[in-house]
Amino acid sequence: MTIRPSVGVSASVKPANEAPANEPVVEAQKLGLAFQTGDGPVQALSDVDLTIGKGEFVSFIGPSGCGKTTLLRVIADLERPTEGTISINGMTPEQAREKRAYGYVFQAAALYPWRTIERNVALPLEIMGLSRSEQQERIRRTLELVNLTGFEKKYPWQLSGGMQQRASIARALAFDADLLLMDEPFGALDEIVRDHLNEQLLKLWARTEKTICFVTHSIPEAVYLSTRIVVMSPRPGRVTDIIESTLPKERPLDIRESPEFLAIAARVRDGLRAGHSYED
Amino acid sequence: MSRPFAWQMAAALVLVLGGMALETMQGGTAANIWPALGLVLVAAIAGSLFATAPLIEAGIAFIGAHGAAWLLISGIAGHEGNAGPSFYLALVGAWLLAWRCVTALSAIKPASRQAAAALGLIIPVIFGVWILILWEAIVRGAGIPFLLLPAPSAIGARIVSSASILAADVNQTVFKAVLAGYAIGCISGFAAAVAADRFIFLRRGLLPIGNMAAALPIIGVAPIMVMWFGFGWESKAAVVVVMTFFPMLVNTVAGLSSAGHMERDLMRTYASGYWQMLFKLRLPAAMPFIFNALKINSTLALIGAIVAEFFGTPVVGMGFRISTEVGRMNIDMVWAEIAVAAVAGSVFYGGVALLERAVTFWHPSIRGG
Repeated sequence: MTIRPSVGVSASVKPANEAPANEPVVEAQKLGLAFQTGDGPVQALSDVDLTIGKGEFVSFIGPSGCGKTTLLRVIADLERPTEGTISINGMTPEQAREKRAYGYVFQAAALYPWRTIERNVALPLEIMGLSRSEQQERIRRTLELVNLTGFEKKYPWQLSGGMQQRASIARALAFDADLLLMDEPFGALDEIVRDHLNEQLLKLWARTEKTICFVTHSIPEAVYLSTRIVVMSPRPGRVTDIIESTLPKERPLDIRESPEFLAIAARVRDGLRAGHSYED
Repeated sequence: MSRPFAWQMAAALVLVLGGMALETMQGGTAANIWPALGLVLVAAIAGSLFATAPLIEAGIAFIGAHGAAWLLISGIAGHEGNAGPSFYLALVGAWLLAWRCVTALSAIKPASRQAAAALGLIIPVIFGVWILILWEAIVRGAGIPFLLLPAPSAIGARIVSSASILAADVNQTVFKAVLAGYAIGCISGFAAAVAADRFIFLRRGLLPIGNMAAALPIIGVAPIMVMWFGFGWESKAAVVVVMTFFPMLVNTVAGLSSAGHMERDLMRTYASGYWQMLFKLRLPAAMPFIFNALKINSTLALIGAIVAEFFGTPVVGMGFRISTEVGRMNIDMVWAEIAVAAVAGSVFYGGVALLERAVTFWHPSIRGG
């Protein structure tokens, strides 16, 4: 068993010896975010310290309300933090967004129903003002990457849920951002489709060498996909544990029955249990 | 089909036999009663023999119903107002055959798209034709006074003989006042909605005022517009503008906020500007709302232009014609204008609806599911 020791169940898990060797893509220090609601402020994120290196596959896992989606949205500049600092590729999130530094995959495919699959994939390319021929080339390449070649002229509502989500991943990949932010992208799909897409996502990650931040509430999904797993807990939303995966980069689906896999999953489960009080 | 004998056929048979008995006892109220009764009788029996083949049954019922109707209506000429009970029994019998015909046709599951389209057309046509047949037969059979309700044939004859006047009226009212007012009202309502969406002070200020404009009574606005813009079509177009502006404004404002949060966040992640967001997401998403307004306005515009012509107009126009011909007791001309207005309104609405199908083909209400 070669799981590295936990650094502490409270917060601030960024000791120098665990910092990734690669150059950092996301760096957060003392990050906090409070939403103003009718019943007073709600602390969605509190005291988050996190560094994500280039080429990592980091999963955020925790019960609902733990701030995992909020954290992803802060990275994407869809929410503004109220405390602490965060930088993306050395820039503020806003600058990074303006530079189209990341592709974002939402919980639902969010394809525009009046556009064909290829026009949906072309949407970010149109906004960025790429030439027609360049658009065609990238559409062809990214649709091939997600195995949707031949479905260019179909409308989203003519495709299954899994295919729609693959098209939305193609759309996020089309403009070649190095960072991919995925917010429970397979949460609404059945388990068979989900397994298949997880396997494809790992292959895609290996081929493209992108940095991926992946929000999920499924322990097997997090352990199967990630190089690091960030365990979070609610009230206030905070990081309670960061687990380095010792699984090899090559991961067939049946690795999920291996003792190593099960040990990591057990530690994730322990982390979730420790951070979450069940009294309410 | 498990029922070999449809109830419409049975009822038609009973009515026709009753009609024959009555006609034997009294007789002589109108011509062609016997052939009509006989035709319905034969069709009801023959149709029932083919109850398992809906197409043949429908064909027999169709011939019986319309043949009898033709015999009855042509036979009433010269006997207006003198139709006896056997006339009405034969008429109801024929109508029941037509009912059976439509029921049999509706039960057919068409094999091809063309057959489905033909069925979709023929069933409402039979319905509409029977409204005219019953109208014609009852008005002439019972001798209803011309001033109260002219027969459709009289209205049709009037349309043919006054075609040039009707064409001039349509040109004045529809092609000048309605189209100009509709275009200006819809475009300005749309532009105001986009502006209200862009600037929050307009949204706060303009929408309540627009609400009040929508509550303005058209009867009150029309004479004012005539004073402002003169007796020509321009004042009618102005009334149409006032009527169509508000539905377009509120529908477009609602449509522009109909795009989902996820779709908007997606555009944000691409760092898209306001106009890109508008043209690539929010306007396409608003199209079903905008077409709703276009359809509502297509009927409002016609009503507005016709009513506005009651308040001063040159000697042409549909509203002018209706108000003057009513005073001259030319009721058939009034009905002719109503019929032309109904056709013009339906064509207008149908055109907008066809355009809607082409533009919002992706919407669940149109693609079906």
